[in-house]
Formats: sequence, C-alpha cells, structure tokens
Amino acid sequence: MSDTNEPDDFLPDEPLALPLDAWHRARGARMVPFAGYLMPIQYEGIMAEHLWTRESAGLFDVSHMGQLILSGDGVDAALEALVPADIAGLGEGRQRYSLLLAEDGGILDDLMIARAPMGLYLVVNGAMKWDDIGHLREHLPDDITISHLEDRALLALQGPKAVDALKRVVPGVDTLSFMEAGSFFWGLEPLWISRSGYTGEDGFEISLPAAHVSEFCDRLCAEPEVKPIGLGARDSLRLEAGLPLYGHDLDETINPVEADLGFALSKRRRAEGGFPGAATILKAHAEGAARRRVGLRIEGKMPVRESAEIFSGADKVGVVTSGGFAPSVGAPIAMGYVATPLAAPGTALEAEVRGKRVALTVTSMPFIPHRYHRKGAAQ
Amino acid sequence: MTRYFTAEHEWIDVDGNTATVGITDYAQSQLGDIVFVETPASGTRVTKGGDAAVVESVKAASDVYAPVSGTVSEGNDALADDPALVNSDPEGEGWFFKLTLDDPSELDGLMDDAAYQAFIAGL
Repeated sequence: MSDTNEPDDFLPDEPLALPLDAWHRARGARMVPFAGYLMPIQYEGIMAEHLWTRESAGLFDVSHMGQLILSGDGVDAALEALVPADIAGLGEGRQRYSLLLAEDGGILDDLMIARAPMGLYLVVNGAMKWDDIGHLREHLPDDITISHLEDRALLALQGPKAVDALKRVVPGVDTLSFMEAGSFFWGLEPLWISRSGYTGEDGFEISLPAAHVSEFCDRLCAEPEVKPIGLGARDSLRLEAGLPLYGHDLDETINPVEADLGFALSKRRRAEGGFPGAATILKAHAEGAARRRVGLRIEGKMPVRESAEIFSGADKVGVVTSGGFAPSVGAPIAMGYVATPLAAPGTALEAEVRGKRVALTVTSMPFIPHRYHRKGAAQ
Repeated sequence: MTRYFTAEHEWIDVDGNTATVGITDYAQSQLGDIVFVETPASGTRVTKGGDAAVVESVKAASDVYAPVSGTVSEGNDALADDPALVNSDPEGEGWFFKLTLDDPSELDGLMDDAAYQAFIAGL
C-alpha cells in the first residue's frame, strides 16, 4: 500500500517546528510536513474533527501563516498598487479578503488585510510568505516598513459555538461581526482578534505572542465546546465552504475573474484601475473569462481529486483543482476550472479517474451554507 | 491457514492455492476514515508488487499491491456500500479480494505476524 497523492505543499528543506509542536504531540496529533513546517494533520480523525467543527467549535493552529504589519506614510496607496482592494476605504477594525496580483493579472497569493492601530495587518499563506515578503519589499516604496511578526502564533477557533467559548476566555469578542477585528487582552497579553476564518462557519482568528500560545490553547480547550482540529479537516471544511486554496485552486496563471473572486475587486478599484493586471482583469470582469472556477457534485462514492481531467463527451474542458470526501455532505465533492460555456449550474460533465469516467454536475458553491455572523443580520 | 504480511502493510491468508488479501490494522489507522474502496473484478490478473486495489481516505487515495501473483476469484462487494468496514474490521470483514496463487514460492520473504509487529514497531 502507498499514498499516491499526499499533500504536495512540501518544501525541500527540513521542516521546522512551530510554537505549538509539543502541545499537538501531547494531544495525540499526527504531524506531517506542510508549507515548510511540521503540522498536525489530525488528532482523533478527520471525519470526527470536521463534524465537531460544524456543530461545536474547533481550534486550529495556523501559525505557519505569515503575519505582517505594513506601516509608514502613504501605506494605503502603496498597497493599493499591488492589490485590487479598496484599502483607503478600509476603516479601523475592518478586514478584507484580497489578492496579491502579478503584472499579467495572475494571482501571486490570497490574503487578509485589516486596519490595525499599528498599520495594515496582513495574513498570507504559509507556503507563500517568503515570496510575498520579497514581492512586497521589491514593490513597496522604501519608506514603507514591513514587520514580519515571527514571534506571534496564529490560531483559528471555528464553529457555531466558537463565540460562546471564546467570550468566556476573552470577554468582549462577541461584539465583533464578520470581518471585523480588534485588540483584546488575555491577562497582560495583547491579542489581535478578527471574526473570520476558513471553514464557512462563524469563528475567530487570534494572533498572540508565541511564548503564551500553549497556555492559551490549554485554556480554550478547557471549554467544553472546544477540541483541537487538524489540517485534514481544515481542508475538507474549506472545500465544503467553496473557499479556494492557494497553490491548488489559485495560482499565478489564474486571474481573479476566472477564479470567481470578482467580489475581491472593490467597486472604486474597478472604476479607477491602478492595480497589477487591471486591463486584463477588468476586461474579463466586463466580458467574461474563458474558464471559471466551479463546484462539482460527483455521482457515486468514488472521490475525484486534484488533477483529474474534466470532459464533455470526448473534449477535455477542464481540470479538478481540489476534491475529496465531504463529511457534512456525506459524499465526494470537488472544485475545478471548466470552459465558461459549461460553467452553468446543472451542466453534466465527466471526470477521468484511473482510466474510468465518473459523472459530475456543475453546482453553485458553497456546498454547505456559510453561517457567518454578519452585522445587522438576525441573530 | 497461514497469515503473511508485506512491508506495504497488506496481509494475506493462504489456504492451499487460494488466499485472501486485505490491509493491516496499522495501515487503516494510518489512513484514517476510509470513504471508498475499489476492489479488482473476478478474473483480474495481478502480479506480485503490482497495483491490485485502491483505498481512499478523506485525505488521499492509496494503492494496494498484490502480495503475490495470481488470478482474482472475488472482490469484497460489501466494501462498496460500507467502506468503513476497513476501519472497523481490517483483518476480518474488511478483506479486499481473494485470489488463486500462481506460485506459492512467492510467499517466501513475506513476514509472519511476529516479524510484522516488529517491523511496524520500528516505524
């Protein structure tokens, strides 16, 4: 027996330990190399951890991700030259999803940007962070300071009961709405917390000093709603939520319109342009792109995974970029890119897996409805 | 009946010229939740060390190799409806396929239970 498609995010050098390494091992985690670090793929099992997060609260260690602060005069305009988000209009304590773009409109990384007291707080993908820092340093003016917060850990607490558990440990977090962020304290330790995540559930992302993260995780896991959850369930949860994963569903050959991330093109930026690849991206936004990221439901039980080719009759019309068994759906699901004329929900297609054809149906995403805590929405 | 094990974590129960093949408890514990199993159809020719079946967990697809060469006489149909049998009873109800051996001397060099337990203890 041997794995034929292990995660391919491995970097060549010896993987590094993160601040919670011993904490994970003490809780029975199986550690695997991911994005240059040893990370917990699972504790009790992906299925149970996935379902626990959907019904209660799951604690994820995402300390491999890059946390950056950009500061200096003119930082808003400087960053706007590299991303299609309206940064000038980003109020204190607000967070936005955005994309670091190449000159041809390809996606170099996806990231979160929040307005923090010290400057713009960015969270970028772990596997891309060194490239991102290099790109930012090369393209931002010299008087913009980039601080890489390497002494801070990052946690995500996700699920419908995340708010109940976290507000007992950090009073006041329940005042945040989806995509809001703010400064909080745990004892004397400063926390930066946003109401956001990567599961489709309500939840929080918590930045804190690495020196105190083990103690903080112990405190969170003392709440009955909270269990630690590994990377395996993080992947199945985000797939059900229809959220793309950089390096799989997004890369430098794909532009934001193809990726169905038009919402990341802020209205003012669409009107004014001035971001990398604006001409290409705005043309695609107005006229449509040749291919589009779609959700795929799969007939039968056999998972259709990344790299499977998609066919309409004899014609190859696309490729699967993420796929696997979806515990909350109870069936395999996938996402991938297909030619735009075949991207309408309900379109019948086929994928090829180990030389056999499997029936697919294009579907709208998410597969499991998002349950974000939006401002002004009924509670 | 004698049970042998491979370094790729298959087990094989041999009774004369016929044998039953599955994956070990260690293998299923490493894979985690099994969501799909593809077993070979009756009449399929398999060769020692070659692909014989596929087992898929939530995370990944893995090949299952034939411990010896032979002709498949039966795949375990129960796994189509209940792939989790591989988790709950990997070395019993969760068997993958039965085959007729080409050459029983191919069993030489496979591990017995004690050797396999020592092997996985060293992993």
